[in-house]
Amino acid sequence: MMPWLSDNLLTAVIFAPLLGVAGLVLLPRRHEAASREIALVTSLVTLVLGGWLAYRYEAMAPAAGFAFAQAVPWIPDLSIYYRIGIDGVSLALILLTVLLTPICVLCSWREITHRRKEFMFLLLLVEVGLNGAFVALDLFLFYVFWEVMLIPMYFLVGIWGGQKRIMAAVKFLLYTMVGSVLMLVAILSLYFTGGKTFNLLALYDVVLAPAAQWWLFLAFALAFAIKVPLFPFHTWLPDAHTEAPTAGSVILAGVFLKVGTYGFYRFAMPLFPDAVLAVRPLILAMAVIGIVGGALVSMVQPDVKRLIAYSSVSHLGFVMLGLFALTPEGVQGAVLQMINHGISTGGLFLLFGMLYERTHTRMIADYGGIGRAIPLYTTCFILLALSSLGLPGLNNFVGEFLVLLGAFRVEPVHAVLSAVGVIIGAVYLLWLVERVFFGATRLRTETGSAVKLADLNRREALLLLPLIGLVVWLGIYPRLVLDRTAPSVATFLHLVQRTQVPDTIPLAEGPR
Amino acid sequence: MIGLEHYIVLSVVLFCIGAFGVLTRRNLLIILMSIEIMLSAANLAFVAFSRYGRGLDGQVIVLFVFVIAACEVAEPISEERLAAKVQALLGLPSVQFYAPPPDRDDPAASPTGITAWLFYALTSLPGSPTAETGPLFQWIVFNGWVVEVGLRLDQLSLVMTGVVTGVGSLIHLYSVGYMGHDKGFVRYFSYLNLFLFFMLILVLADNLLLMFVGWEGVGLCSYLLIGYWFEDPAKAAAGKKAFVVNRIGDFGFLLGIFSVWVALEGQVPDSSAALLNFEFMREMALRPDTPLLPVATAICLLFFIGACGKSAQIPLHVWLPDAMAGPTPVSALIHAATMVTAGVYMIARLNFLYILSPAAMQVVATVGAVTALFAATMGLAQTDIKKVLAYSTISQLGFMFLGVGVGAFSAGVFHLVTHAFFKALLFLGAGSVIHAMREEQRIHAMGGLRNELPITFWTFLTATVAIAGIYPFAGFFSKDAILWETLARGHVGLWVLGVVTAAVTAFYMFRLLGLVFFGSRSALSQKVHVHKEESVTMLLPLICLGFLSFIGGWLGVPAAFGGADHFGHFLAPIFLQEIGSTHASHGTEALVGLGTMLWVGVWAILALAIYAQRREWPSVMAVRFRRAYALLVNDYFVDRIYYRGVVQPLVWISDRVLWRAQDAMLIDRIGVHGTGRAMLLVGRLTATIQTGLAPHYLFFFVLGAVVLVGWFVL
Repeated sequence: MMPWLSDNLLTAVIFAPLLGVAGLVLLPRRHEAASREIALVTSLVTLVLGGWLAYRYEAMAPAAGFAFAQAVPWIPDLSIYYRIGIDGVSLALILLTVLLTPICVLCSWREITHRRKEFMFLLLLVEVGLNGAFVALDLFLFYVFWEVMLIPMYFLVGIWGGQKRIMAAVKFLLYTMVGSVLMLVAILSLYFTGGKTFNLLALYDVVLAPAAQWWLFLAFALAFAIKVPLFPFHTWLPDAHTEAPTAGSVILAGVFLKVGTYGFYRFAMPLFPDAVLAVRPLILAMAVIGIVGGALVSMVQPDVKRLIAYSSVSHLGFVMLGLFALTPEGVQGAVLQMINHGISTGGLFLLFGMLYERTHTRMIADYGGIGRAIPLYTTCFILLALSSLGLPGLNNFVGEFLVLLGAFRVEPVHAVLSAVGVIIGAVYLLWLVERVFFGATRLRTETGSAVKLADLNRREALLLLPLIGLVVWLGIYPRLVLDRTAPSVATFLHLVQRTQVPDTIPLAEGPR
Repeated sequence: MIGLEHYIVLSVVLFCIGAFGVLTRRNLLIILMSIEIMLSAANLAFVAFSRYGRGLDGQVIVLFVFVIAACEVAEPISEERLAAKVQALLGLPSVQFYAPPPDRDDPAASPTGITAWLFYALTSLPGSPTAETGPLFQWIVFNGWVVEVGLRLDQLSLVMTGVVTGVGSLIHLYSVGYMGHDKGFVRYFSYLNLFLFFMLILVLADNLLLMFVGWEGVGLCSYLLIGYWFEDPAKAAAGKKAFVVNRIGDFGFLLGIFSVWVALEGQVPDSSAALLNFEFMREMALRPDTPLLPVATAICLLFFIGACGKSAQIPLHVWLPDAMAGPTPVSALIHAATMVTAGVYMIARLNFLYILSPAAMQVVATVGAVTALFAATMGLAQTDIKKVLAYSTISQLGFMFLGVGVGAFSAGVFHLVTHAFFKALLFLGAGSVIHAMREEQRIHAMGGLRNELPITFWTFLTATVAIAGIYPFAGFFSKDAILWETLARGHVGLWVLGVVTAAVTAFYMFRLLGLVFFGSRSALSQKVHVHKEESVTMLLPLICLGFLSFIGGWLGVPAAFGGADHFGHFLAPIFLQEIGSTHASHGTEALVGLGTMLWVGVWAILALAIYAQRREWPSVMAVRFRRAYALLVNDYFVDRIYYRGVVQPLVWISDRVLWRAQDAMLIDRIGVHGTGRAMLLVGRLTATIQTGLAPHYLFFFVLGAVVLVGWFVL
């Protein structure tokens, strides 16, 4: 067992949740309550395996390329391989996923009361899909994992969501399906033009004509842009985030959106460098509109979850700005920001989910002055809000700083406009805090008596601890991510810079 | 050379002693001292690691930094209420500074929190009196660049540290009495300590980005303390407003950092140099072919936006009057003596950049002078004791900017120091009055408090005389230095503004004095039983600050008044050159100074006479000059203009256009659902074609054939 595990550690991390899935399938309905424990244990085992993976990766300290690479023929006739491997960026995203999943299981402990078995089943399936997508180095395999995470998410929103869950779920599915179908076409097209292979690393070396690149990039980019979501493909997100149960929102904001940016980073951009060059101005403009527009719309939302959801549009705009700035600072910042956003916004959704469990309202207008009743909760919320608005010393600041610096070096106007988004970020978050926690208490039960709120209990505090720890730790010591992702970013930039029309990107090089 | 392990052993031993002391719980003092010992142990380990621990990748060091910071904040929380009081007495500004040893081989650094010790250590260092810790750890590393954390203590930061810890300690002491009955006593002290931590980071940082950390950190504490009584919606809103307006300034600061980076990055052969280090920037700025010259104006103006936000200069001054919602000691410490002067400190710190751009300097000086006058006139009509002082602070900050703007950096910093003394005193005095009057803040409801609050009265009088600029009180020398430098460097217009402002300042301050302490008690508060002054913790700081307001100016008596300008000489090495300084005769200087003082004195006496004896006159004037009065009393309607002109349109656009029209209507309804409906329509159309009737299919077959044939034929 152990030697096998050691040799196939990466595979084990991806598929470990399947053990829990199997257990849940076999679990008789009358013991449904045990489904939570099964899911928790499985996700914790995955977390431990993920930790082991990180430890091994650290010991190897690979300078570049993919570690833990494996290639097993799957459908040899079509040269489809089970081909996996990780670099620093994938590792960081995997660790985020395996950390957030047990948190999601625990935060659903009491929130989900019906069909627990199915809920946990789907949640673990999403984890498989997410981790798989982050390690796949074969386009077909990537597509399979992409779909594996999509469908369970549809059910998670559609079955356990809020009032308008069906609408939100259908919208979410249609949006993403449009993208993924086009991506499938592009993958197949790439397969035939690129020498009948799905091997990503081999396809990196295939040089396509700029016109062909353009169409293929467009198909990939649409799928990923919807996922990110990039303006104007973002309108599924507020609905899905708002209607999803807490665990769904946390996973959606924390990791799901990162698959989109990761797709750009790993697939769309390095595969089609000439196309990137052509559409760069457009995507940069969309990113800036997303940053400022998302922040402004977030400001006027009457619903806490929608507000946080729109803030994601703004934050993910920063990631896209950094990626498409194509400067080392920008890309590093973007990668760091993917992780940071997962922690901060995931944490905010998690926290609000706890409050929702107590009050059953999402409307800001229903709250007010609850800070006195639940001080510990308030402190945590303010801390995460401050992290989200980019206070120096907390995690988001470094990422935003690097993205803006990277963008400023090549596109100062974009950077200046985006920096305005940082100001609005302070407005909507502090205004939210003010209306929910400060002032006079307005919260009433249906009978009109004042609601008695309980502060965080031990389980909830335990859930928040790792996130808050990371918020602080990454703010002080961002090298934890930066150092590990630097080789990957260098490779990425090298790939993206192989354009056939030289000297058209003002690629600013550092001193090295 | 002492090994690392010795330090660790020592710190562990110390830590154990401290822990033992805490566990025995003998008495409060022992517990407190034990905590300090434990902190010192952590500090010692920190220093040792920072010396040896490069290979440890900085992680351990970070942990220690955090432990210490957390302890500093947690200390008041963890202890009993009384403990917090005692702690405040012990001189809380205990975020400690590590002076590096003069001899690099012997890292016998000892932590200490006493500024006096620092002063001694610094001045006794051979050569340049600057202490630098060097890079303590590498914060951000990317693409070969490094942003490091390091502290730097030179003459300028020493002056600032002195103000922050000195005034900070006095205000801590005062707070013990003032906040003694508040429920959130412990929370208050936690915030206050956190503030001092960030403020010291701000003034001791050796690079721009670390300074920015302190810069935003003090903004955060300001937010928390203004909204300290958060159950009151107005107070919570004031906190948010302060943070947001500061954020607008920070936007400029951040872009300034980027500009510096872009200007300098091509200049370094290897990336080992820390681009944002003040020392490095100064070196670059001093080069004859400096790369900063072409962009200096833009950079300086961007930084000045930051300074405007933090130091409440027009057009970003609107947050400071609202910030008076915070507890009065907070107003004294944060919104008068320390945080709001950070903008002046920044410009003084970056003087080597500013002297590259005369245009930017002109902007700084003009904004400063105009703000000084405008804020002073707004102070004329205020009816809330703290609001008067708030506008006065804005106005005095304008003076400081005028000073640094005309290139008299040391005069600007000098005024910063004296202002910290007398303005903190004025606020604490106001706090004393408010406390005595049982939370009454309207000045028209006061009067005649001279006899009931003698100590407050005499100290308040000292501060008023000092701010008005009467010889030999503190304000005279610093204000005179600024005005004289302005005139001597040829800015006659700005000098006139300054002199007019000085008169207005004297008028509104003596108006305040007259209304509060002279005359008889207003009918509005006849029944209020005035508290006696009995809290020693409140009176002691008043007396100390009163003393400082009296003699503080003697630090920098200019040669024209028979002094030697010690202050200017002390700071001289920091400021490259006092640009455009002239050598007019001492006689002229003395004459101008005395003339200004007489001019100011006339207005002071006039104000006192009116408001102490002829209180009905102002109301008559207010009726006669209705429009002007309305303008003043409403602060020139700036708040309303911002609300109507910026806030409301922005919310409207976000709500109606961006959200409802664009997102909900255009993208969602027309785009997404439109596509969906279009699909349904196509589906239904196709479905209607499937009639199942052979003639229809035959018809389509023929139609298709015709089209195909036509295509091939034509």
